[in-house]
Parts: sequence; C-alpha cells; structure tokens
Amino acid sequence: MHIIVLVKQVPDTSEVKINRETNTLIRDGVPSIINPYDRYAIEEALRLREKHGGKVTAVTMGPPQAAEALKEAVSLGADDVVLLSDRAFAGADTWATSYALSQGIRKIGDFDLVIAGKQAIDGDTAQVGPETADMLGIPFVAYIRKIERVEGKKMVAERLMDEGYDVVETSLPALITVVKEINEPRVPSLKGKMKAKSLKVTAWTAADIGSDENKIGLRGSPTQVVRIFPPTPRGQREILSGNVEEQVASLAKKLKEQSLI
Amino acid sequence: MSVKVKPDTCTGCETCVSVCPFGAIEMKDGKAFITDACTLCGACVEACEFKAIEKDVEQAGPAKDLSAYKGVWVFAEQHKGEIASVSLELLGEGRKLADKRGSKLSAVFIGAGIKGKSKDLIAYGADIVYVADDQALKDFNDDSYAAVLTTLAYQHKPEIILAGATAIGRSFFPKVASTLYTGLTADCTVLDIDTVTGHLHQTRPAFGGNIMATIVTPNHRPQMATVRHKVMKPAQRDDSRKGEIVEVKFAQSGAVRTKVLKTIDELTETVNICEADIIVAGGRGLGSQKNFLLLEELAKVLGGAVAATRGAVDEGWIPYSHQVGQTGKTVCPKLYIAAGISGAIQHVAGMQSSETIIAINKDPDAPIFNVATYGIVGDVTEILTAMIKKFKEVRG
Repeated sequence: MHIIVLVKQVPDTSEVKINRETNTLIRDGVPSIINPYDRYAIEEALRLREKHGGKVTAVTMGPPQAAEALKEAVSLGADDVVLLSDRAFAGADTWATSYALSQGIRKIGDFDLVIAGKQAIDGDTAQVGPETADMLGIPFVAYIRKIERVEGKKMVAERLMDEGYDVVETSLPALITVVKEINEPRVPSLKGKMKAKSLKVTAWTAADIGSDENKIGLRGSPTQVVRIFPPTPRGQREILSGNVEEQVASLAKKLKEQSLI
Repeated sequence: MSVKVKPDTCTGCETCVSVCPFGAIEMKDGKAFITDACTLCGACVEACEFKAIEKDVEQAGPAKDLSAYKGVWVFAEQHKGEIASVSLELLGEGRKLADKRGSKLSAVFIGAGIKGKSKDLIAYGADIVYVADDQALKDFNDDSYAAVLTTLAYQHKPEIILAGATAIGRSFFPKVASTLYTGLTADCTVLDIDTVTGHLHQTRPAFGGNIMATIVTPNHRPQMATVRHKVMKPAQRDDSRKGEIVEVKFAQSGAVRTKVLKTIDELTETVNICEADIIVAGGRGLGSQKNFLLLEELAKVLGGAVAATRGAVDEGWIPYSHQVGQTGKTVCPKLYIAAGISGAIQHVAGMQSSETIIAINKDPDAPIFNVATYGIVGDVTEILTAMIKKFKEVRG
C-alpha cells in the first residue's frame, strides 16, 4: 500500500494564554508542534504499512520551517516526505490549501489511501480533508476510529458519529480523517531520529505542482478574515461562601432566579 | 504578501509581536518585520494603535456576478425522521437573515421516508422545502448528500447555505463548497448580514476559543457556514404558516463508492450532549467510577446529560462519545456544571461558550474557576450529594 499522510505544523494552542489585562494572546515561547490529530494519522499509516507492506509519504504545505514537522514524521517511521512551500501559497484558506495539496498529491502519483487528522487545533475547521478528497475525485470518510480491514480495493472502517458509530465500507483510493480513539501513537525511534536528522527536505513550489495561480494563496481563497478579536470576557465570577448547605442553597436560588433549574 | 509594515510609522512598540497568533512578526532594526509564517489573518493590523500595519484588500480572482444568487438555505438534518434541534435553531436564524435581506428561506431535507415531515419545516419558518426522499438516502453518505445539495445549489443559486456543525454537517459541507468553489466557515457562533452587499459576516472561535475571527466570502456565492449547537434561538412552531414543498428526485450517478454497513447507537442515555441544555461533567478529581454515578444522578434530577474530561474517559468511567474538549466535542449548553475538573485549556476549549458555568473543585486556584460564573470550593462528593438533595426539593 502507498499511504499518504497529511500533516500540519501548528502553534501549540494549549500553551497559548491570554493576557487578561490587554485581552491579547501571549505567544512568547509557544512552540510549533505537529497537529496532535495528525499523530494518529501517521501512526495509523505506519500500522497499515506494517500489516500490508508498502510505504508512507508525509505531505505538508507551509513555510520552510514546516519541514520540521516532516522530519518528525520521518523520525516516527515515514519513508518519504513532500513539502509544498512557496510565498504564493500564503494566505490560503481551506479551499486554496486543499487545491495545493491535491495538486501535490497528483504529482506524487499512485496511492491507495490518504489519511489526515480530524482537524487542526489552530483553525479547527475539519475542511481540508474533505475538500482535498473532492478535488482528487476520491471518496471521503470522516472521524475514523477503527480500520477493520483492507481487502484489495476496499476498506471497512468505523466512523464516529454524534450518537454512536457507523461501520462504513469504502472503495480505495479514498481519503479518511481519524479521531484520537483510533490508536496510541508511538514515540520516535533512535534510528528514525538519525534518519530525520540527515534528511534534506526539498520544497515543491506552486510551479512545480502545476498550479493555477488564480487558485492558490490569498488570490485563490474564497474566504477572507476581516477581523480578529478577543472573546468577550465572562462576567464577574462569584465564589460562593458558607458551609456546603449554605453554598448549595444560594446556588439553587441563583439558578432558580435565572430559570436554569 | 499583503500585510505590510510602514517603517516610518512603526514605533517599535512590539505590540504586534505579542498579538500575532502565528509568531510571524520579528523585530528588525527596531521595527516590526513580517516573516513567511504570516497567514494574513490581520490580527496585527487591528492591534497596532499607530496604524503602522496595513493589509491590502486586493482580493483577486475574477469577480463573479453575485446578483444572481438569492435566498437563504438551511440544511435540515434528521435522524430516523426526527429533525435535529440545531436545524430548528438555524431555521430561526435563517428566517432573520432572509427577512433582513428581503429574500426567501428554504430548507433542504434529505433522507428516506421523511416526506411527511416537510410541512414541519414550513411551520418552523421555511418558505420552500426541497425534499429528497429516497431509500438510497436512508444512511448518511457524503457523496449522495453532497450530490443532492450541489445540484440544487447549481439550479437555484442560493445566496447563503447553513448547516449545523454536527458530525454530518461538518463532513459533507466541505465537499459541496469544494465543488461549488466557494467559501465555507466552520463552527460559527454569530452570523450577521450586510443588507446592501449581502455579505454574511461569520464569526467563529479559533485557537481553542482563545480568539474570535470574523470571516466573509466577498466574491463567491453561495456563502456557506456551519453553525454550532445552542447559539441561535430556535424557531417557534406556527402551523398556520404556508409554504411550498418541492420534491427532488435523487439519481445515483456512477458507482456507489461508500456505504454504511451498520449503525450503532452508543450514548448511554438518549441525550446527545451537543443538544443538551444542561450538562453535568466530571473529571479525574471525582476519584472513582462510583463518584461518577453521582453525576448521573444529578443529571437525572436536572434533566441534563453527563459529560466528561479526557482524563475521566481515559480512566474508563464513561465512553469517549461523552468527552468534551479539544479532542472531544464542543458544547454550549445553558448550564454546565464542572465537578472535579481542574480546567486544563484542552477541556475549557470545548465548554467555555456555555451560558452559565458552575465549577466545583477542592483547589481554590484551579483554572476552571477563571471561566466559572459561580464557584464552589470544597469536597466534590459532599457538594454533589448536597446538590442532588437540594435540587430535588427545588424541582419538587
């Protein structure tokens, strides 16, 4: 099997804090990491390779420093990497990102499966996976929590839904996104780390992947961010006082007044 | 690149460096310098009090004729014939947008054996219901759902299409947006329309809720968005309303690529936590599965649902489908009771838009108190037991 994994380098949002006085993000010292959901995607690709043979190619689009995320994928066991990097890609929304990724994947050539994380923790849109699948003309199945089997050109997997799960059969090649339940990602091996260290990542530019300049970057993006602002701070919090009975009684009174109970 | 620093105006105050969510601004010779990591989000433009940073608004791409696009559409999601509560909220919101713009509100209804329910959507505010009722549409399938909606959108050219930010909406809407080459904004919490241009101002949280972003789709139509549960007011039912029901034929084009072999419902109670008005949630601080049962008892008294942190799920106290947070679900109920939850940002990201939050923790410095409306410091089991008793009395 040739499995392509889509990874994204993101700021570690769990390290992002808010300055309560100015209501701005404190970014100092916030590290860049592989999007946590993509770790499950990488792990699942490696497991499929271990079972069925083949190879794993990690792909990302981003600035030159996104090569670090690809190196990390190699340290975990990915065989090959592709970095799509070009200033012309800057400002891409999910549509233009998906377009660039689909062009990059076409250039890579034959593949059986594309795996991505459910969503990236910086944007949380969960759109690049399905949009890329559409542009590649392959089926898409979201929120995979278990791959039951791969047989020839077919795969059976469990898809997590709001009220339970579906067992879904899909033809291959397909693009799936995975949730954290699917596996327990491994840590990099020493051999993998050595390989990653000596890895030279070459970037494919917009021209390399034959992209239409009207469909990439800000120019190709249907959406535009017009404003970024801090969320409205919550009203004054109140710590209740007294003994347990008094606290609970005062809480019940407040909730009753607001018709919450 | 189209975010630029005007070096003559920049005072080197470094405010932009600290507000950039992507770490894309560095100081060079005492002036701000924008690096390749810039995503053109514009946070710095807003933050610079000296107006030293500019964002070019040159949005290229051939200008389309937008005037041909009219009307607001809502994807009316159903499960086994039951219309999802978020769809009723969208009909309420869609009605407002359509009225502001002086246009019609339509619902797109997809499934099998659902035709009879179409009139309910009219009662909830739709002027037109496009219903695709076909045995082949019984199970959710990205390909067939997207095919129905895409075809209808090509034919009728709506200005706006909304769906709930549910598993289904978030799965197939991107395929529709991709095919139509238009913008899609996920997880909106506020929508507003410019009555002149018809631009939909779509506001959504990003960075785990740390910042809010307002997004528009200036040159493409339809404007597509998914909207979170519980943030919009549901439409009121009015059976005297009149509307048109249009039956849509579903024709499978090409081979069936994916199919659902079976569906398993997994929630331990019937409430989907995203749809609950009241949520009682617990974390590792509860200490044991036995104490977790107190949450279920309290939820029962309040008519709410039970949720949990990742820690409690990892302990095996409750299935993953109840997990709230960055790697679980995002909820915004009217009342969220957080018991024995420390308030790690990964959990807070999934619940901080709840209307009223009650935090119960023995540690007065637990970060959960920062997002709480009311806090109770003390022993969690003791307080939960007292709450069950008291709320039972109050509710009679």
